Amino acid sequence: MEVKREPLGGAGDPADLRIRQLQARDMLRGDLEGEDLERYVEQRVMTTTMDKAVAWARGNSFFPLTFGLACCAIEQIHIVASRMDLARFGWEAFRASPRQADLMILSGRVSIKMAPVIRRIYDQMLDPKWAISMGACCSSMGVFNNYALVPADKFMPVDVHVPGCPPRPEALAHGIIKLRAKVQLNPPPGWRERYDAIGTEELLPGETGSPDINVFRPGDTAGA
Amino acid sequence: MPDATELELTAQELRDRDGESVIETEFHRGRAVLVINPPKIKSVLAHLEGKGYTFLASLHGVDYYPDEPRLGVLYELLDMKRVDRISVKARVPTDAPHIDSVVEQFPGAEFPEREVYDMFGVVFDGHPDMRRILMPEDYEGYPQRRDFPVGGEPVLFTFNEETTYGKNV
Repeated sequence: MEVKREPLGGAGDPADLRIRQLQARDMLRGDLEGEDLERYVEQRVMTTTMDKAVAWARGNSFFPLTFGLACCAIEQIHIVASRMDLARFGWEAFRASPRQADLMILSGRVSIKMAPVIRRIYDQMLDPKWAISMGACCSSMGVFNNYALVPADKFMPVDVHVPGCPPRPEALAHGIIKLRAKVQLNPPPGWRERYDAIGTEELLPGETGSPDINVFRPGDTAGA
Repeated sequence: MPDATELELTAQELRDRDGESVIETEFHRGRAVLVINPPKIKSVLAHLEGKGYTFLASLHGVDYYPDEPRLGVLYELLDMKRVDRISVKARVPTDAPHIDSVVEQFPGAEFPEREVYDMFGVVFDGHPDMRRILMPEDYEGYPQRRDFPVGGEPVLFTFNEETTYGKNV
């Protein structure tokens, strides 16, 4: 079947849309026949792919894990409070069990002794699952760059890094919005936009054409 | 704090009981320190406890690298009635870092002694549960010693961005 798309409300006067809306309110079964019925349905159905529909739903319904490691956790608490109000985006349901959560926010420094525990909690979460590394310690060990800590990337996949020491709640909310864009198959271009490099790929010297380049691709849920 | 005279009198009392117990005394900025012979630690602390210093406020380790003997174990004692403090310092070498545990006398010393063992490798003989307290049990080395590498991740600055990972590897 050939699908012909038209803008909502047709090409004509916007007032026509209002007229059709009022007509639709009083419409009864059998009022429209044949060509008119096809046109009516075509204007009211939105087609998409299953992947995109699922991704859209997932991106708007994160269940973060109730989990705090250090001082960043205090900032993490604020994103559900009234100023940031994560409930606006549908992510307010912090779950107390990793079985019910699909987003882990690593809020603080990860000590070597804590790393196996965190890895185990991450493994207990059900797919699909994502992780945000919050703060300098968790990403690059920050001011505690010594014998005691280990960066999160060394023992688990991390989707979004939020820099800061600690990041403000706005920064974490920004990070979660970036994660939503990633989950909804619409990854933010970031520096590619600034440097007019959209469509280019990062290549290491001597690895031209290697398939294992560490570049995010649409559909990836981890790494990048 | 006992003044310098009282510190010397205390040291002399200990020397009278056991001539090898006190090596020297230090009095610096109002802080009285008895440097003692490590094998005598239990008898010294028992005598000081009898004098009124009944509370072990702190027990911690120090690395005096490059001085020998390198490691130091400090016992901070407090007399609650006179509000008077005295420090006892025992220096042990790194090749045989052994000292008697004082857990029987001061039960609160159990965790601090484990911490000193964890961070400096001083073994407290007679301790009921001598194992690491902060680091993982399979960790190698004693991270607070001065000759322990700082470790951690290489951080990219402008001076090393060409030589660290990512470029010219």
